[in-house]
Amino acid sequence: MDIHEYQAKEVLSNFGVTVPPGALAYSPEQAAYRARELGGDRWIVKAQVHAGGRGKAGGVKLCNSEAEIYEATENLFGKKLVTHQTGPEGKGIYRVYVESAVPIAREIYLGFVLDRSSQRVMIVASSEGGMEIEEISAERPESIVRSTVEPAVGLQDFQAREIAFALGIEPAMTQQMVRTLKGCYQAFSELDATMVEINPLVVTSDNRVIALDAKMTFDDNALFRHPQIAELRDKSQEDPRESRAADRGLSYVGLEGNIGCIVNGAGLAMATMDTIKLAGGEPANFLDIGGGATPERVAKAFRLVMSDSNVQAVLVNIFAGINRCDWVAEGVVQALREVEVDVPVVVRLAGTNVEEGQKILAQSGLPLIRATSLMEAAERAVGAWKNDLDQNTRVRAIK
Amino acid sequence: MSILLDRESKVIVQGITGKIARFHTKDMIEYGTNVVGGVVPGKGGETVEGVPVFNTVKEAVEATGANASLVFVPPPFAADSIMEAADAGINYCVCITDGIPAQDMIRVKRYMYRYPKDKRMILTGPNCAGTISPGKALLGIMPGHIYLPGTVGIIGRSGTLGYEAAAQLKELGLGISTSVGIGGDPINGSSFKDILEWFEKDPETEVIAMIGEIGGPQEAEAADYIKNHVTKPVVAYVAGLTAPKGRTMGHAGAIISAFGESASEKVEILSAAGVTVAENPAVIGETIASVMKKNAA
Repeated sequence: MDIHEYQAKEVLSNFGVTVPPGALAYSPEQAAYRARELGGDRWIVKAQVHAGGRGKAGGVKLCNSEAEIYEATENLFGKKLVTHQTGPEGKGIYRVYVESAVPIAREIYLGFVLDRSSQRVMIVASSEGGMEIEEISAERPESIVRSTVEPAVGLQDFQAREIAFALGIEPAMTQQMVRTLKGCYQAFSELDATMVEINPLVVTSDNRVIALDAKMTFDDNALFRHPQIAELRDKSQEDPRESRAADRGLSYVGLEGNIGCIVNGAGLAMATMDTIKLAGGEPANFLDIGGGATPERVAKAFRLVMSDSNVQAVLVNIFAGINRCDWVAEGVVQALREVEVDVPVVVRLAGTNVEEGQKILAQSGLPLIRATSLMEAAERAVGAWKNDLDQNTRVRAIK
Repeated sequence: MSILLDRESKVIVQGITGKIARFHTKDMIEYGTNVVGGVVPGKGGETVEGVPVFNTVKEAVEATGANASLVFVPPPFAADSIMEAADAGINYCVCITDGIPAQDMIRVKRYMYRYPKDKRMILTGPNCAGTISPGKALLGIMPGHIYLPGTVGIIGRSGTLGYEAAAQLKELGLGISTSVGIGGDPINGSSFKDILEWFEKDPETEVIAMIGEIGGPQEAEAADYIKNHVTKPVVAYVAGLTAPKGRTMGHAGAIISAFGESASEKVEILSAAGVTVAENPAVIGETIASVMKKNAA
């Protein structure tokens, strides 16, 4: 789960990380008022969306007066911010953060990630802050400092000092840097984060180490033990189909294509999407309904897939292991009687009792297209979609 | 021979009194697995599916001589159960549980390193379907009847995609020495490389099939290991060619976050290491069969 910058800053400041004074606003009036409260004469207005690359996309503005703040935020509220991380549909701006500007002397990149090779938390830092880490590793790989944390004892002072010196932090500020690093690690490990990124972490001209930006992602599997973090979820930043799916216990990812997929198991779901592509189509979604494949879950899955108006054909691919195919077939039939599906549906069942499952599908009287192998299923789904498209065009042409 | 699991393995089920655990315990016993007991704190003295339940893994090991364990414990408590098994001297543990916090798994891995390598428990999973040595024993939740005994060693991250591969092999009359699910989580007990080492040493395994997916460095690490240490032919399939970057595809670990983690990059890296890559999931079986034919010639 992602949280907003202002939330991440609040979390991190509780762990001793210094952040600039700032306040949240839900309207241009409030933003201007926040600036007045903060005092000073230079502020940064930042659109709060769950995506990086906000600066380049026009979501971060430097303002020198309340009037400028009003104007800048008026142009942000209600808009969709499109960054390289949001996809073309962008993310809605419903909150802005107003922050006092700080005098920047240098910018540092600081990231904490779960390193899957060492199976530990890894700190990634670079003296080239402000750039995306992907750019840094492409253009200035030698500037990157890495350090892994021994989980039994946590981040030690010497490791933090090593990083500070490797980044060329002046000795007078080493302690501030150590405090920042240890604070981030503590927040990461105590709150079950999977990512903490401060880009940039700045050294100011008056010798302070300040987190100018902050991004945190949390482990969904650990939210049960951090209710205060779970509360920070902002559904306005999620794909509504995905939030609906998550609320129903299904794992769904919306894509750009038009062949809806209903599959049991994540690996098989990805493999099914790949096969659709190979057969000349584009998957509309990833959807794992889990091992069970009960009639209720299949019905929920159909409702979810059909709520995507781009879907022009549906492919159901279930490998029934412990559950028998006849049982799954009954579930599919029951679901299709409950949910209105006005596009071709291809069903492929495999595994235990497959013949009986096929018989149930055949005898249901529903206009289902059956397939036995994975490839055949994908080809039929793509074929049905193209055929249906032709027919629709024909109908439209006659009208 | 097979790897990790055979007829002699004495199995306990941690969390045996749960509904799903009971169901699969019965299924494993019917398959021929030597299930000797179960562990549920506070339920010691009960009997499930004809086997005794113990309060602690230590007691279960002392009373039954158990050397393998299947963990069916809910996510908040699963890491603790795995560490308990490691401490009680279990040799091989499979964890089925999906949804264990990643930092709990970091702690588990760190804890296991306190034992010298020859005494360290081998863990596969979490978030996997289990391990099967067809015709011998089943330690997991997969449907045993889709696996024929044979000489193909399978390592896979996904459950149902692994079934798909096994069913394709059965269709072709080909069998499996052992199929090991390493699970879909970002921090897992054993990697492809760890299991490749076992299959390379197993005289019964003729060819090794790896079923990977997007996310993480383990397919690339395996490629490097294969290049330098594996003499047996290796076939691979990598799921997720159509998966977008930066999105989690069902499995917590199935997310492309760095270079080398996309399906196409993994295919490239594996091919460069001499691995035969099945181009699509529908031809995993055929690809293995053709490699076996070539190997026999």
